[in-house]
Amino acid sequence: MPEPLLACHDVAYTYRRGTPMAAEALRGVTLGVAAGELLGLIGPTGSGKSTLIQHFNGLLRPSRGRVVVAGQDLWAPRADRRAARRLVGLLFQFAESQLFEETVRRDVGYGPRALGLEADEVEARVDEALRQVGLDPARFGGRSPFALSGGEMRRVALAGVLAMRPQVLVLDEPTAGLDPRARAELLDHIRALHARGLTVVLVTHNMDEVALLARRVVVLHAGQVAADGAPRAVFAREDDLRAWGLGLPQAAALVRRLRSRGVRVGDALTFAEARRAILAAAREAPRGDR
Amino acid sequence: MGDALIEVRDLTYVYHPDTPQAVRALDGLSCSIRAGEFVGVVGGNGSGKSTFARHLNALLLPTAGEVRVGGLDTRDRAVTWEVRRRVGMVFQNPDNQLVAAVVEEDVAFGPENLGLPPAEIRRRVDEALEAVGLAELRRRAPHQLSGGQKQRVAIAGVLAMRPACIVLDEATTMLDPQGRAEVLATVEALNRRDGITVVLISHAMDDLVAADRVLALDAGRLVADGPPAEVFERVDATPGGRLDAPPVVRLARELRQAGLRLPPGLLTVEALADAIADALGGGAAHA
Ligand SMILES: Nc1ncnc2c1ncn2[C@@H]1O[C@H](COP(=O)(O)OP(=O)(O)OP(=O)(O)O)[C@@H](O)[C@H]1O
Ligand SMILES: Nc1ncnc2c1ncn2[C@@H]1O[C@H](COP(=O)(O)OP(=O)(O)OP(=O)(O)O)[C@@H](O)[C@H]1O
Ligand SMILES: [Mg+2]
Ligand SMILES: [Mg+2]
Repeated sequence: MPEPLLACHDVAYTYRRGTPMAAEALRGVTLGVAAGELLGLIGPTGSGKSTLIQHFNGLLRPSRGRVVVAGQDLWAPRADRRAARRLVGLLFQFAESQLFEETVRRDVGYGPRALGLEADEVEARVDEALRQVGLDPARFGGRSPFALSGGEMRRVALAGVLAMRPQVLVLDEPTAGLDPRARAELLDHIRALHARGLTVVLVTHNMDEVALLARRVVVLHAGQVAADGAPRAVFAREDDLRAWGLGLPQAAALVRRLRSRGVRVGDALTFAEARRAILAAAREAPRGDR
Repeated sequence: MGDALIEVRDLTYVYHPDTPQAVRALDGLSCSIRAGEFVGVVGGNGSGKSTFARHLNALLLPTAGEVRVGGLDTRDRAVTWEVRRRVGMVFQNPDNQLVAAVVEEDVAFGPENLGLPPAEIRRRVDEALEAVGLAELRRRAPHQLSGGQKQRVAIAGVLAMRPACIVLDEATTMLDPQGRAEVLATVEALNRRDGITVVLISHAMDDLVAADRVLALDAGRLVADGPPAEVFERVDATPGGRLDAPPVVRLARELRQAGLRLPPGLLTVEALADAIADALGGGAAHA
């Protein structure tokens, strides 16, 4: 088994440690993400997802345990955390709150400029990143990032992360606020980046997205890993999912209800799978008159 | 219309008018919302939903046309406060909404501005925090909360105002599946039980299946206005439009095309499953 690209060993994190307001957000998380994985990270509100992923690029320092990125213990003496930050691109939840430059172009180019890239290279990356998120650079580049709709702002923020060309993309609710088409486009795009070798960690409350994209699902609950496995295995644990405040992908819920109504139908996690399973069941239906 | 709570007539709104950056965000939009209605609003990114919402409580004033709330013209500055008392708004991003240093103070902010007696304020704050499941975090600072917890505080703040109309602008995007279902159930109960008018903006059309009506916006215009079943069936029919029918509606359509006999108007997983079970059990499957 290859050394994982990202690894957390027994990571605990307490906000406002040592005060009466201390909040224990992570309670011993051990997790490895191998290069090239596409991992879905799910969990109820407040379970620690955003806290965990801020450990992946050294933004938070664990109260206990170790975080190892590309073989480097991020908090060892003389660790190069800036290297980890270049490797791991992190899109924050409500990333639109972090836009700050005067124009969309400057905002997306901020990271590449900070890397010390040539101006031409910066501009090329900005154009590419804006197109990747479905914003026409000519139409949006010169506008103020504050004078945009919510979904447009979120796309600008994502473009800023993509323009850094990280090897690992960690996305905290990237599709919240995107319209259905933009959401589908972004998911396609994540899939394409992954196919080109990027490692992706996707935090989302949308079980359908996880079913569609992830090869592995990790469930956080109360600051601990409650489940870790293939989507099929994790989504088979319906009662546990409900107890954790989560649920089934819609297609899986559909199949479940069909079975409870006596229809013999195969497994499905996505709508495409559900369609195939239902049509197969229809062909075999006892009194089907084909 | 006698019992219209909100009347929008020929509403046009231009950001930065008469400058090179001018954006016509709303373009001659008309609609009316009756007291006690539950109205969903859908539309692609940038179609004008938030701009529309901000007109309903006089945060924005029309460039042309008019908006009336309970008969009051929002352009009349003398009634701004009264309009905001009637129409409470939960913003798309709670970072734009949370103002106080402590959660319970944030929720109390609105009721305090209404000049209510302290005991009443306390009661409302308790109730609102309870309704969104945040009672335990009441002494926290809002910026020390997770994304979904912040959204809940923002919702509690508006509940505590007890406005005649609540406008939720993508206010549940960061909630987990059960949390979202709970908040939606709370909102639906306020609507059905207390007759509070609800305007719910969402990209998740499944949030809107219980709505009386759905308005669809595209490029600042109203392109559909009708019951959810009707709007969702033809929302993706507009050429070049950015709207897709919800996945359940699309699957139902595909199954019909493949020969399954399914009734129209299937919007939920449950309804679709039951219809499929009926179709198959009854031997209705055919090619
Ligand atoms: N800055 C902070 N100070 C104190 N406590 C915090 C802070 N940020 C988060 N917390 C707490 O830590 C816990 C984990 O929060 P985190 O933001 O990681 O959750 P999450 O899983 O991302 O939730 P969500 O789905 O709502 O975004 C929560 O109970 C939260 O209240
Ligand atoms: N402050 C502003 N200044 C200039 N233009 C703006 C401003 N806010 C929004 N716009 C523009 O107005 C149009 C409508 O924006 P609005 O925020 O109403 O869209 P929306 O339907 O709410 O989109 P989303 O789904 O992304 O939230 C968009 O083209 C947007 O770029
Ligand atoms: Mg979070
Ligand atoms: Mg909006």
